[in-house]
Amino acid sequence: MYRYDEYDHAFVAERVAQFRDQVRRRLAGELTEDEFKPLRLQNGLYLQLHAYMLRIAIPYGTLSSKQFRMLAHIARRYDRGYGHFTTRQNLQFNWIRLEDAPDALADLAKVEMHAIQTSGNCIRNVTADHWAGVAIDEIEDPRIWCEIIRQWSTVHPEFSFLPRKFKIAVTGSPNDRAAVRVHDIGLRMLRDEQGEPGFEVIVGGGLGRTPMIGKTIRAFLPKQDLLSYLEAIMRVYNRYGRRDNIYKARIKILVHEIGAEEMRRQVEEEWEQIRGGALDLPQDVIDGIARHFAPPPYQVQPVFAPETERLRFEDRDFALWLRSNVVPHRQPGYAIVNLSLKPEGAPPGDSSAAQMDAVADLADAYSFGEIRVTHEQNLVLPHVAVADLPAVWRGLVRIGFATPNLGLVSDIIACPGLDYCALANARAIPVAQRISTRFADLARQHDIGELKIKISGCINACGHHHVGHIGILGVDKNGTEFYQITLGGHAGDDVSLGSIVGPAVPADQVVEAIESLVDTYLKERRDGERFLDTYRRVGTAPFKERLYAPA
Amino acid sequence: MPLLRNGALSDDEWQRVADDAASLPAGAAVIVSFTRFRAERETLLARNAPMGVLLKNIDPVEELGPDGARFALIALEFPKFSDGRAYSQARLLRERYGFTGELRATGQVLPDQLHHMRRCGFDAFELAKGEPLEAWRRALHTFTAVYQPTGDGRIPVSALRRRLFAAAAD
Repeated sequence: MYRYDEYDHAFVAERVAQFRDQVRRRLAGELTEDEFKPLRLQNGLYLQLHAYMLRIAIPYGTLSSKQFRMLAHIARRYDRGYGHFTTRQNLQFNWIRLEDAPDALADLAKVEMHAIQTSGNCIRNVTADHWAGVAIDEIEDPRIWCEIIRQWSTVHPEFSFLPRKFKIAVTGSPNDRAAVRVHDIGLRMLRDEQGEPGFEVIVGGGLGRTPMIGKTIRAFLPKQDLLSYLEAIMRVYNRYGRRDNIYKARIKILVHEIGAEEMRRQVEEEWEQIRGGALDLPQDVIDGIARHFAPPPYQVQPVFAPETERLRFEDRDFALWLRSNVVPHRQPGYAIVNLSLKPEGAPPGDSSAAQMDAVADLADAYSFGEIRVTHEQNLVLPHVAVADLPAVWRGLVRIGFATPNLGLVSDIIACPGLDYCALANARAIPVAQRISTRFADLARQHDIGELKIKISGCINACGHHHVGHIGILGVDKNGTEFYQITLGGHAGDDVSLGSIVGPAVPADQVVEAIESLVDTYLKERRDGERFLDTYRRVGTAPFKERLYAPA
Repeated sequence: MPLLRNGALSDDEWQRVADDAASLPAGAAVIVSFTRFRAERETLLARNAPMGVLLKNIDPVEELGPDGARFALIALEFPKFSDGRAYSQARLLRERYGFTGELRATGQVLPDQLHHMRRCGFDAFELAKGEPLEAWRRALHTFTAVYQPTGDGRIPVSALRRRLFAAAAD
């Protein structure tokens, strides 16, 4: 795990002091709300429907048990005892008082955390594969590169007032778990002909009201050139991205308007001027960061653990959980344990302070004190010995994070929606809760198999509905909530955007609609096909026919 | 409008000249628009007095850059503090075209942007509103550690760490 050195500590402390002064000036009336807004946003503070919301950065989704306990403390001390994990691997507290925000940030700084650039028109918290460092298919740990990017982008003097927000994601595996093709910049690690790792650079992807799949502007970028190349992209965007219309200001619109080829030309031309300069990454600097992400001191562990196997045969719930929530680890004798923050009928991604403390305890006892946050609003204990799986499972059952539904129909992503958000047109969380309740039968969920439902409460698409196998978008029709349904979206390497299946359905018919889509899939599917495979084979027609058939 | 240079308020010896002003005040330090400079380049550069030019943030620095050394001052505009294009213009002028004269920030210039502006090469600031000088002085010393190499000569954290590693290895 990355540990701050004296420079990082000094920087974050100064940042807290700066923000404390800005809050003081705002409360004293020296700053107008217009002037204060971008300052508070770049410190993670939003004004929501009912209160301020503080979004805390969890860089590339990795945190320690000590940090996790501090989040629990902040939940208790400054909020209402719970927090909400987001699709960008961050944590949001929804009930923060402006006056308390500097103190909360000072508490975070004590455990090497902050809320810097979790909002605003700047480079946001960089996201990564949540199985970084432990996935069996990984070329290199993407967190090394995320941390290098995090430092470079932190209070970047040139790129803090961009046309619009800017999101970068990195995957270290050929199997993309970081949705790199739907980010402003996606970096996908691969090897060149000599076997040397580097990056495919993808630009101009994104969701929101104009979803676009990113374009590869460089097939292979050597690692030492990463920052100079990023700086070249950012400079082109900062200078030429549109600023006349907030809805056309993302880099995807620039790429779309001038074309990927012209974008590549401009970036490469700028890069030629700065490559090999001060941003060049010498190997010793890379190594210095990489040391922070060295594997923990694994013990020799049995690959086959009798107690784990016994329980697998005796306990159906444990067996289901092993099947859906536990995945192979690159270290023999260890496993990756995925915690489901989607228990039946609960708001997706919420965690109470008590649950946070309990997860921190489990991490200390069984996962070298390490925890991950996923962009699908779940948590991960990344290094659990196979022999410890029964104990971890029992601990998770106790706090309600052991629902064996990872990647299944009730593992739903939902934005905060109209329950919290000032932009929303419709509620998202209650829809997720109702679907999850309807599909509560776990054996049935496992029979249905992989099916990703993603719900957004407005066209800004924070719930990523465009890349849901089933996407649900809340819309407002004359003051009534309706939901538009899309099919066939996918955020993996074979990325696709969903297609609208037909007219939006009223709120009280959404669950029936999902049921109908699932029934169509079960009727149409062939051996081994996931929902997405069946949809890609048969198209929208059979789903549409059944969904809109007169009752 | 108050002018901040070297951490102190300063008199402004520069006059801005409107594009439609027929003649320039003889011997005076004047700032003309980039549009006017483009139209009257030869005449203006032949003038026997300090010349300054004001770039809007859509004006191409690439076109001005090679002439940069002929100017004693280049002013860049922040129509809104949230419009960050002038930061890129500033770095290009300093770092690519080697401009060494006064680089002045004008428009909506606020204490909270001072750190960014200085790092990008600005060294003079037309202050937008009546913040106490103390707020500006404080803003000069916001961060002791910086993470990016820019043309301002500050040593970024990565280079400081390399020195530590090297010292430890000796």
